[in-house]
Amino acid sequence: MIRLDHVSKSYEVGKPALEDVTIHIDPGEFVFIMGDSGSGKSTLIRLLLKELEPSKGKIYINGQDLKKVTHKKIPMYRRNVGVVFQNFRLLPDRNVYENVAFAMKVVESSNKDIKKKVPTILSLVGLAAKYKSRPNQLSGGEQQRVAIARALVNEPKIILADEPTGNLDSDNTWEIMRLLDEINQRGTTVVVVTHNNEIVRAMNKRVITIKKGVVVSDVGGDDYED
Amino acid sequence: MKISTYLYNVGQGLKNVWRNKMFSLASMATMTACIFLFGIFYSLGTNFQSMVKTAEEGVAVTVFFDEGISQQRIEEIGNEISKRPEVSSYHYVSPEEAWETYKSEYFGDNEKAAESFADDNPLANSANFEIYLSDVAMQSTLVSFLEGTDGVRMVNKSEVAAKTLTDINSAITIVSMAIVVILLAVSVFLISNTVMVGISVRREEIAIMKLIGAKDAFVRAPFVVEGIFIGLIGSIIPLGLLFLIYEKVIEYATNEFSFLSNMVNFIPVEVIFKTLIPVSLALGIGIGWLGSRVTLHKHLRV
Repeated sequence: MIRLDHVSKSYEVGKPALEDVTIHIDPGEFVFIMGDSGSGKSTLIRLLLKELEPSKGKIYINGQDLKKVTHKKIPMYRRNVGVVFQNFRLLPDRNVYENVAFAMKVVESSNKDIKKKVPTILSLVGLAAKYKSRPNQLSGGEQQRVAIARALVNEPKIILADEPTGNLDSDNTWEIMRLLDEINQRGTTVVVVTHNNEIVRAMNKRVITIKKGVVVSDVGGDDYED
Repeated sequence: MKISTYLYNVGQGLKNVWRNKMFSLASMATMTACIFLFGIFYSLGTNFQSMVKTAEEGVAVTVFFDEGISQQRIEEIGNEISKRPEVSSYHYVSPEEAWETYKSEYFGDNEKAAESFADDNPLANSANFEIYLSDVAMQSTLVSFLEGTDGVRMVNKSEVAAKTLTDINSAITIVSMAIVVILLAVSVFLISNTVMVGISVRREEIAIMKLIGAKDAFVRAPFVVEGIFIGLIGSIIPLGLLFLIYEKVIEYATNEFSFLSNMVNFIPVEVIFKTLIPVSLALGIGIGWLGSRVTLHKHLRV
């Protein structure tokens, strides 16, 4: 599903943000990528989204070599990867429904499909009743749930969540983690980038730890030690 | 792209126009001014060229023959003239015809004065060809040919009239072209600026679109719609204004400056607008399209 073979990425010569990273993630897995700020986690996400090209090594997603995904084919590739950000990145001038529908509009879904699917996804994330609210009328946790609904609505095979609970209080953090777990139970591969030890320990999932651009450990939940 | 996607992008483009009200209005106003000026120059130019054309048609070269030339040679010369590309028409004036014209022009009603010449035609040697040119700029070529023709005694021409008309014609063309080019450049720059503001306001939305998997065309479409819409409105308004004022200006000019009506046959508004409408709309839409494309290419690397 996700395979990085000896991937390095340098922004400046001699200062690699990622160095010789090899990771395999199977379909349907839930994986945490742990690391402090500056460890190269965000670079990893950007590589997976094909916002950046690796300086060395190869990346395969769903068996597809990302190097061979041309500029023209990037949109089609990204439709298979849902992404969730720390700061939610919702459109402030649109309500909950419109924010989720926007993701479907962008991939040119029909209005009929949009009307059918958006309410279903909003029910899944528990926001059906708030479909008319604007992002500024929602709590942080609710905003992140809208963002997850937006990432999910096009049924991607992978969800990449970059510090999804970084801006949330403890209650909301657990709500979001439970939601991501539920999504994973339905078959979607979930990769969560975080530096929150507490949730990593509590979720008991596979944890890949990166320090200064290098993978220092890759263990199952039971074996994880911070 | 699906029809619903087209409609969505058109809607987003119009929303962009509304979101950047001030910039959109400024662009529309400048565009209106540019196309209005273009329309004025076009109308003036077309009327002036029609005036020049009428004047050109009146410029004739007159060819007089050697004394005692045979009628057969005159016909031969006529044949040679008819083959020249510079000639639009020519006409043989016999000595009798020349005298009749002279009499009516100079003696007018005073028939007795003219009768004193009785049968002795003072213009017996004034048989000539009056030649009208298809383009006055080619007068000198024709004159050199005629002067070198056997049997030709004298060629009367109007160098000043021909040169003035030619000069005016090319001046109008050059000035109009220069003004149109400057106006086009200004309009493209302004629309490009408006679209750029739209892009910076919507930078986050564009970034999200790209991450979700929007195709380049989908991201660009609303901005192109915005540019084209501004261009379209910016050409419809001046067309309306020009339509309203064109006939009024002609009416005023003809009444106030009566000498103009002798010189110019003003072109009717329908004839002017037959060309002006499609050209202005194409310019407006074209400038809008170009302005937005230039900006998208520069500032929206999707």
